[in-house]
Order: sequence, then structure tokens, then C-alpha cells
Amino acid sequence: MSGISKRFGATVALSEVSFSAAPGEVYALIGENGAGKSTLMKILSGAITADAGQIFLDGNVFQPKNPMEARLSGVVMIYQELSLAPHLSVEDNIMLGMEPTRLCLVRRGEVRKTVEKALAQLDHPEIRPGVKVSDLAVAAQQLVEIGRGLALGCRVLVLDEPTSSLTQKDIGKLFQIITELKNQGITILYISHFLEEVKQIADRFTVLRDGAVAGEGETESNSIEQMVHMMVGRQIEELYPRSSRTPGDTILQLNDLAGFNKLEQAGLTLRRGEVLGIAGLVGSGRTDLLRALFGLDRVKRGEIKVGAYLGPASPARRWMQSMGMLSEDRAGEGLAVAMSIADNLTLSKLKALVRPSQQDAVSRHWISELSIKCQGPGQKVADLSGGNQQKVALGRMLHHEVDVLLLDEPTRGIDVASKAQVYKLIDDLVSRPEKGRAAKAVLMVSSYLPELLGICDRIAVMCRGRLGEARPVAETNEHKLMLEATGQV
Amino acid sequence: MKNSEKSKGKRAFSIGQWLNVIGPVLGLVFVFVLFSAIGPASFRTGRNLETIARQTAITGTAALGMTLVIISAGIDLSVGSVIALSTVVIAVLLNLGVPPLLAALGGVLAGVACGLVNGGLITRLKVVPFIVTLGTLLVVRGAAKGIAHEQKVDAPITWLNSLLAALKPDKHWMILPAGVWLMVALAVLVWIMLRYTKLGRHIFALGSNENTARLCGVPTDRVKLIIYTLAAGFAGLGGLMQFSRLTVGDPTVAAGLELDVIAAVVIGGGSFNGGEGSVLGSLVGALIMTVIRSGCSQMGLPNWVQEIVTGSIIVIAVALDRLRRRRSA
Repeated sequence: MSGISKRFGATVALSEVSFSAAPGEVYALIGENGAGKSTLMKILSGAITADAGQIFLDGNVFQPKNPMEARLSGVVMIYQELSLAPHLSVEDNIMLGMEPTRLCLVRRGEVRKTVEKALAQLDHPEIRPGVKVSDLAVAAQQLVEIGRGLALGCRVLVLDEPTSSLTQKDIGKLFQIITELKNQGITILYISHFLEEVKQIADRFTVLRDGAVAGEGETESNSIEQMVHMMVGRQIEELYPRSSRTPGDTILQLNDLAGFNKLEQAGLTLRRGEVLGIAGLVGSGRTDLLRALFGLDRVKRGEIKVGAYLGPASPARRWMQSMGMLSEDRAGEGLAVAMSIADNLTLSKLKALVRPSQQDAVSRHWISELSIKCQGPGQKVADLSGGNQQKVALGRMLHHEVDVLLLDEPTRGIDVASKAQVYKLIDDLVSRPEKGRAAKAVLMVSSYLPELLGICDRIAVMCRGRLGEARPVAETNEHKLMLEATGQV
Repeated sequence: MKNSEKSKGKRAFSIGQWLNVIGPVLGLVFVFVLFSAIGPASFRTGRNLETIARQTAITGTAALGMTLVIISAGIDLSVGSVIALSTVVIAVLLNLGVPPLLAALGGVLAGVACGLVNGGLITRLKVVPFIVTLGTLLVVRGAAKGIAHEQKVDAPITWLNSLLAALKPDKHWMILPAGVWLMVALAVLVWIMLRYTKLGRHIFALGSNENTARLCGVPTDRVKLIIYTLAAGFAGLGGLMQFSRLTVGDPTVAAGLELDVIAAVVIGGGSFNGGEGSVLGSLVGALIMTVIRSGCSQMGLPNWVQEIVTGSIIVIAVALDRLRRRRSA
């Protein structure tokens, strides 16, 4: 890609961006949210057209008019949000839109052959052609999407944040496949926030910042710190702040809690002025624990004690007991994205009579307090970037002045600068209480171990629905947590 | 630049809401001017305007409730049947010698009862509103026919009949009949409820994203129960107005009226995805349909032409609205 530029109205999304990747190379594109990575990839995959610049594929000018044309030329894009039809089988999904037919009838034999060949390239025997996609785990579904690209005979595979919803183990498997595809001569463009992964899997990289190339190089000769520096244009000295904290009264206690889904058994004690982390694989029951605790899912047995309260739970009661929850699914549950920032911030704490002017005033306070980038309290949440949306969701709990914050994947899909802000905010909440108020308590679920180790005081590991003992951060490390999460302890 | 940003940020909800309403209002002005130009002179008279207002009152009143339902991403197909049941209940009560005011109240309460059933089934059985209200559409219609022994129920003439009748010369100071004023007053109340009360914000949140509403402690089941009860209550009131026009309880009246009511809300900017809709828009939507009917019939166009025109207007109105949104997005 050479000299690519794109404007949206007055905003310059990309200016003169160039890079080139060779066959059989894993090339990483990194940058904060809004840096222009997605726009660049949308141009490559034909979803939008560039204002200036050219793309060359195998030395020929490549100008896809739409995504289908790009796919047929061998450029396949796999988005963060998977685009599979959950009711159809693996086979039907792979062949969707390109079924070979004779007299309007699908030629099943030929379909089976193409699908089997594609799946063989993936080397994952557990994904059988006849299985319904909704019965597969997220990681396997992602492989089906890659399989769809292989069946098309792709030569350039674009992976947009492929690991954001995968566990460590699945990431390992994905990386194996990427390596195999690379050995087959396929070019892989890898977009990610996780620089550790980029360093592990990619050969070379380009950093985008504000729509322009901010740096490029080989992953081997550049440290993660150098990459971060290129991304943010400044050094983030203290990504994980940790002030001195003094744990206070116990504010939340769980005894032998079980739910009807994955949660089998959980017990923990959370005190004011501490951050308790919950590690574990996706699907181990971490989210179910928070949901049961917050009254979103029914409890099968066990007791939950919030302060002195021991009764039944519902989200409304929990808010009244000064507890708030941040959902892992920002667009599906956390926020009503079609509504305004003001409505989202104040939804949990409305008086019987609502004064819109007051809603606005309150929102303006939190917009400046959390430095949410927006046009004003009336702007729709859907128009904001992921990081700013997350700040709105967090702002709701701050506005409600809750004492206990349940955070489910608070930094998922947000840029480095916003992450740093979220970490700082969590640290402030537990270590620097407002005058005359007790410190707050945070219970935080995350798949990203470095951040748990960075900001938590204690960490407990969830494995197959059972929550292990919470250990002080100083006594554990990534390796130990991983062993416990995979049930090897 | 700075100024425009400021104003957009400051009052974007109300600006957004006004934009949603201005479209339908322009549509109303357009159809009215159109029929004034090509229709007979009688179309433009004050008397005809009064007739249009009277004819809109029933659909308009029911549309107030439907607006709440559609904002919450639901649907209520039973309103036509509820209107019929309400007329029958009022007539039967009048025949039993009940005072008119109490009989009218009885009609509205019959509606409220239907709404409680709708809401109860939707929240307890977790069946989608479309199916529940499709069922009650038949059940309530059947109940109305049963109570009326499958025929019209004559009732003594009372002041109820003047609610929606053409104004007598000595009452011209009222400008419009009491029933129309009642609808306007209720519209103002619903508008205030949607904009300035917790319940109103909860209805929008429920329609915009039910999961978020639940997470934020909105008692979603209770809010739904209130919505469907209010909607059927408004339909019961529509039944009172229908009774006022017919002077009899008719169990077969208003068949298919639910579609007019839904169309009014949708023309007025309501979205089946929830989270959108406005009281003023729904009333304007109801007016647009009456103006077209009135204009067509005064031009002597046959019924089938009216139907084709009304149907086309519904699709065109909503398509234009979506086009505008896509532009602005």
C-alpha cells in the first residue's frame, strides 16, 4: 500500500500511509484506537475507497470496489466481531455465498471437498463440517472464519484484534495456525493492541498515530517500550500506578456461592481500600460469579453479604446497597449506545422527576472529570470511541457513588492511553478516598494477567467454576496464575 | 464552529427529538396543502377541520399508549379489540342504569384489565409481545362479542354521546369537542411523563437496550406491566370516544384499527427497534392519515383509492425518515 490518504469530512483519517508486506510474512499494524488502522484495512478489503494512493497486490494495481471483489482476489479480512451465521453448520458457513451449484442445486460433494481441504489446512480435527457454529467455542468459530478465507484461496489474511476474546491457550493455538499459514506463503496482516503478542508472532510492524506512519521496524530489534513510545508519542512511565493502600472494613463476603450456569463454588472477602482480581480462562465462570453477585443471574446456593445485608439480590437492590457493575459486553449490555451520554450516565440514579438540564450539568462534570472526548452530554454513546464509551460506563458508577465496583474486563478493546486512565482511576478510588468518606473496593475480572498483577492487591483464580484462594500479588506471578487457571495445580 | 458544537452538545436530545417531529409535521403540511389545492372548497372549511380532529381522536388517543409500547421495543396488537370491548362494556353498564361517568370509567377499566393481562403474560411467561397480543386480540374480541351476545348493544342517550359529536352552535367557544381536548390534555401528560419522569426515561432505556436497563437496576418487568396497562387503558378511552360517536356498543367495531394506530406511531418517528418515538409525532401521524382519508372522500375518490394512498404514505413516510437518518449518521 502506498501513499494512502482518506478524509471523512473535515477529519483526516489517513495521510500518506505506506507499507509493504512480503508473501509468507506476518506484518503487524499497531496503534491506538482511532489511529487509522481499521480505516486502512477497510480500504484494503474494499469496504471503502481511498482518496489518494495505490495498492499493489503481487505487483499489480489492486482496486477492489467492494469486499466481495477483494475476497475473490485473495484478500480476506477477519473482523474482531465474528460474522458467522450461528444457526448454520461449519460447512454452510464456509461456503456461504459461493456455493457451487448445478441446476440451482448445491453440489454437496464438491462443497464437502473444498471444506475438508480448508479445514485440513487448519489442522483442527475437532471442527467437523457438519457441526452447528453456535455449538462451537469462540476460538473455534474464529478458526471457521479463517477456514472460510482459506476456502476462497486467500493470499492476504487480515486479522483484526484476533485475540481479544481468546484465552491464553487458544491464543497459542491460533499462533500455531498463523505460523503454518505463513509457511504456506500466505501474507498475514495482524492488527493488535497487545504488543507482547505482536512481538511474539509478527516479523515486522508499522505504527500508526493520528492517521500517519509513526514508526516501523522489525519486531526483533525493537522493545515493547519503544513500540509504546511510537504509539503514544510519549513514554508511559507508570502504566500501573499503585499507591499505598490500607485495607479497611470487610464490605463484601461470599460463602460457598453457586449459580445455575458455570459457577460451581466461590468464596471471597473484599475489604474497602483494596483491588481483588479474578483471573481465569474465558468461560471458567468469572462473569457468572459477578452476575450472580449483582443479582443478574439466580443463585443456587450460598450466601452473599454486602456490608451487613444478607437478603435476596437484584440489580436495583445492589445499586441501593452502593454496589455497581461494569459489564464485559459494552455494546450489548453495558451501555444503551443509541442513547445519549447523559442518559447513560444517570440511568441508575434517576429521581422520580427528571430535569434534563440537571442531567446535562451532572454529565458535563463527569465528562471533564474523566476527560471523555465528545461533543457534549447529548451526544450518542455509539459515536464515541471504545475507550470513551468505557469511561461513560465507569462514570455511571462514580456518579452513583458506589462503594463496591464490580469490573468485568474493564480495559477490553480500549486504547493504551484510556487503559492508563482506567488504571489510575481504579488506584485513586481505593487509595485516595474523598474527604470524610471511606475508600472504595474493587473486584475486577480480567483475562490480561499483566494488568491484574499490575493493579490488584490480591488475585484469586477461577477454574471450571471454582474460585481458588485469593493470594497477595507479591506471592504469585503470571506462570503460577496460568497453571492454576488451566487446572494444573 | 465553537458555537455550533456548544449548542449541539447542550441540547442534542431535544434537537434530536424536534428533528424527529419536524419531518412528520412537514408531511402533514404537505398533504393538507395538497388537498386544499386540488380538493373541493369544502375541504378548507373550519367545519371540516373540526371533523378531521374528531375523526383523529380515537386513533390518536390509542396512539398515545402505542407510542409508549413502541418506544419500549414492544407491540400491542390488541388495541382494536380493546376499543370494541370498551364500547360494549359502556353500553351494557348504561343499560343497567349506571351513571354515565361510572359507565365510562368501567369501559376504561375494562381496557386496563386487558392491559394487565397482556403485561402479565409478557413478563411472567416470557412470551414475545407480538404473540401475546395477537392472542389477546382474538380473546378480547371474543369476550366483547360474548358480552354483547354477538349484536350491537343499544344504549340510552347521555352526555357521553356529545364527547365527540359535532359542536352545537352555542358551544362554538370550545373550538373543538371535549373528546379532542381530552386527547390533547392526555398527550401533554404523556409527553411530560416521557421527558421529565424516571418512568419515562426507563421506558426509553428499556427499548434502547433492555440488558443495560436491567444492569442499571431498572425494574424491567414492572415497567413493561405499566406500559401495557397504560396502552390498553388509552385504548379503553379510545373505546369511550368510539362509543360517543356510534351511540351503541358494537363488538365488531375497530377491527384492524390497531394497524392504523401502529402506522400513526411509525409515521411519527417511532422505530420497531425501540428507543425512538414521540407523542407529538404519533398525533401528527394520526392526523396525516385522517387528512388523507378526508381529502380523498371529499374529492369523491372511492374507498379503494384511499386505501392505496394511505398504504403508500406509510411506506414513503418511514422510508424518507430512514433516509434522513442515514444521511445525518
